[in-house]
Amino acid sequence: MNFEYKVEGGDFTNAGSTSSIVKKMMKQLGVHPDIVKRTVVALYEAEVNIVAHANRGVIYVDLDENKVHIKLEDEGKGIPDIDQAMQKGYSTASPEVREMGFGAGMGLPNIKSNTDELKISSVVGKGTTVEITNYFNK
Amino acid sequence: MKVGDIVHLIDGQVIEGEQYLDREIDRIFASDLMSDVLTIDTDEKLMLLTGLANNQSMRTCEMSDIKNVVFVRGKRITEEMLEIARDNEMVLIQTEYSMYRTAGILYMNELPPVY
Repeated sequence: MNFEYKVEGGDFTNAGSTSSIVKKMMKQLGVHPDIVKRTVVALYEAEVNIVAHANRGVIYVDLDENKVHIKLEDEGKGIPDIDQAMQKGYSTASPEVREMGFGAGMGLPNIKSNTDELKISSVVGKGTTVEITNYFNK
Repeated sequence: MKVGDIVHLIDGQVIEGEQYLDREIDRIFASDLMSDVLTIDTDEKLMLLTGLANNQSMRTCEMSDIKNVVFVRGKRITEEMLEIARDNEMVLIQTEYSMYRTAGILYMNELPPVY
C-alpha cells in the first residue's frame, strides 16, 4: 500500500497528524505494538522536523506485510553537516520550536535508535530527504 | 496505585477519561520536553506529568503509547487536545499544583520514577 501526505512548515497545530494516520494503519494491519511504536516515534520526530525547519514537505509511506518504508522529502534550507546534526544535543531550532517541547537536539539520534535502516541526504538551500525502514519479522 | 487515587492526592480534576480511573499506575515520568518523553520505554502503567499543554504533548503521548497524563500549573486543555485524548483512550488530569509539588507528592506515595 502506498500513501502520500503533505506537511506544511510552521504548522504546529497539525504536526503529527500524518504519524497518527500511519499508527492507526499499522495497528489495523496487526503489526507488533513495539514495532508500531518504534516506527511512529521515528516518523513523528521526522514530521516535526519538517514543520520546525522546512517550508513544506511530502511524506511517502509504503506499507506491506513485511516492512514499512517511509520517505520524508522537504523543501527548505537543508542540513550543511549531517554528522553534526546527528549528535545528541546539537540543534538549530527556533525559540518557537523549543516552546513546543522540541529542539533539544534529540530528534535525529532518536530517529536512528528507532529505525532498522535510516538514510539522510540533504542539499543546502534545497531540502532534506529522510528515509526510514522498519522490518516486521526480525 | 489507581489513577483515581492519584487525582485525589494532587487535588486534581479529571478533564477527560472518567472511565479509566481504575487503571493501575506503577511509574511516573515528569517533563516539559517532548524530545525526552519520546525516548523512554512506556506502557499502560506509566503516567506523564507535564506543564506543556498543546497538541504536541498530546501527539507525543499518542506516538509513545502514554495513556495517563497530568497537566500541572493549571494549564488550559483545548478541544483539539481532548479529541486526541478520546481517540487514544487517554485520561487527562489537571492540577493547580506545580510540577515539583505534584512530583513530590507522588514520590512520597511510593510511585517510582522511570529512571
